[in-house]
Amino acid sequence: MSDDLDALYRELILDHSKHPQHFGLAPDADHTGTSHQKNPVCGDEITLRARVDGEQIADVTWEGRGCSISQASASMLADLVGEEDLSRGEAITLIEGFREALRSRGQIELDEDVYGDAAALTGVSKFSARVKCAMLAWVALEDALAKA
Amino acid sequence: MTTATTEATQADATPLDAAHLREDFPILSEQVNGHRLVYLDSAATSQRPLAVLDAEREFLTHTNAAVHRGAHTLAAEATELFEDARATVAGFVGAEPEQLVWTSGATMGLNLVAYSIGNASVGRGAPASASLALRPGDEIVTTEIEHHANLIPWQELAARTGAVLRHIPAHGDGTLDLEAAADLIRERTRVVAFTHVSNVLGIVNPVADLIALARGVGALTVMDACQSAPHLRLDLPALGVDLAVFSGHKMLGPYGVGGLYGRAEVLEAMPPFLTGGSMITTVTLDGAEFLPPPQRFEAGTQPIGPAIGLAAAVRYLDAVGLERIHVHESMLAARMRAGLVEIPGIRLLGDAAAERVGLWAFDVEGVHAHDAGQFLDARGIAVRVGHHCAAPLHSRYGVTASVRASAALYNTVDDVDTFLDAVTGIRPYFGV
Repeated sequence: MSDDLDALYRELILDHSKHPQHFGLAPDADHTGTSHQKNPVCGDEITLRARVDGEQIADVTWEGRGCSISQASASMLADLVGEEDLSRGEAITLIEGFREALRSRGQIELDEDVYGDAAALTGVSKFSARVKCAMLAWVALEDALAKA
Repeated sequence: MTTATTEATQADATPLDAAHLREDFPILSEQVNGHRLVYLDSAATSQRPLAVLDAEREFLTHTNAAVHRGAHTLAAEATELFEDARATVAGFVGAEPEQLVWTSGATMGLNLVAYSIGNASVGRGAPASASLALRPGDEIVTTEIEHHANLIPWQELAARTGAVLRHIPAHGDGTLDLEAAADLIRERTRVVAFTHVSNVLGIVNPVADLIALARGVGALTVMDACQSAPHLRLDLPALGVDLAVFSGHKMLGPYGVGGLYGRAEVLEAMPPFLTGGSMITTVTLDGAEFLPPPQRFEAGTQPIGPAIGLAAAVRYLDAVGLERIHVHESMLAARMRAGLVEIPGIRLLGDAAAERVGLWAFDVEGVHAHDAGQFLDARGIAVRVGHHCAAPLHSRYGVTASVRASAALYNTVDDVDTFLDAVTGIRPYFGV
């Protein structure tokens, strides 16, 4: 198969899509924001919940269904937020950087030191029809943080 | 037209030579991702033969002018070509020229009908328009396998008028439940809207039965013929349907043009939807009187070049012969099915042993349709993935999305075999 396809479906992406991390919504509580996002083209859906502790993000959980890219992206994002002790501001900066890279048509690579497993989504940027799939969870986090 | 029909009739005995036809479609020689393009997305939009591109270019190069106005030579020639195109496209579905309204496509055609009925429901139109009016409690019947374009306009019309929307269910094998239809279509039913061929299931629906049921209660019938017009010989007056729509770009024609066929009495009774230039007789500052059909429904400048292109498209279809096309596409559909059912994890949507056009939608167990489509695209195979603007249908069959392969007259056995070979590789690639 083509190198581009293999770059899109990295092993790490297929792993995350088959074994999604932080899957299952934490109970709704004080200081949480929940966002439901849909991709009307293919029916991908994600519900993501962020809990904050002051300016810090305490945890992110999610559930959803859809293509391997959208599911892996949500799993990787939840992992990233869970591992790093991120503030709201830092998370927003990460989301903006992620969006910029994915819209770059292969010009900008995601830094593994910053994005962790989610850096494997770099290959998506060459497939414009799939950028929305990868962005779904990140848009949900942006929205959830605004509500939390 | 006569010549084309004669050729088609003479040619009926010989199978369609798709490999030869492909020479008329330059895009089919494109390479995609390093592979020969295998175009199996004609239900979304078909490719155009050179005859269609040439007809539009010829018109724009030599005759372009606004129609039905102006006295100069080009305006007169353009008007003749435009009206000749109407006669050709009307003839293609067995109709008279006055029975064919130009639209921008089927979605516009269906909205035109729904809004016209809505206007009749608030007392607009001629005295005859009252026969179309909906009152609270009246019923609109559609099916659960419709394209959104033949569902949402009715939802909106029901919301505006207080009518109730009901849906004919489908069996698990994709066929419509005619017993349920007989119960649903009753005294209060005023409109019955259905698709001739589902854009997901590919099955030719028993539309004559639905029309008979609707007639029995005096309900108006509206048929979506998008997926049948390029594949089956249509005679809409003989079928007895009141109104039917089709889209040019799905039948080898240009984007931005389509047809609304209507029985003369029905079109005559319909108030206009869009209003403005070219559809009036007299206008004062306080009101206007309208032209008879079809011009009553053609406000503003029409898609003249595309209409002329669509006439070239139906001449092309006629010259090949709809009967031969149907035989060829049925053969491709059978070959697709035979291959798909042998591949582990493939579930066909609507697997009835029914008359069908050359399309199949299917679920790949463990692989999302979007991923499956991406895999096929890497091999140069263009299919549609998603819900194909038929989300309720997908809910009915327990999936959110499917992969759809749809053939047209220019697809070959080799296209189908290349596609089947690639589908075999989907689940192994994704480790399922």
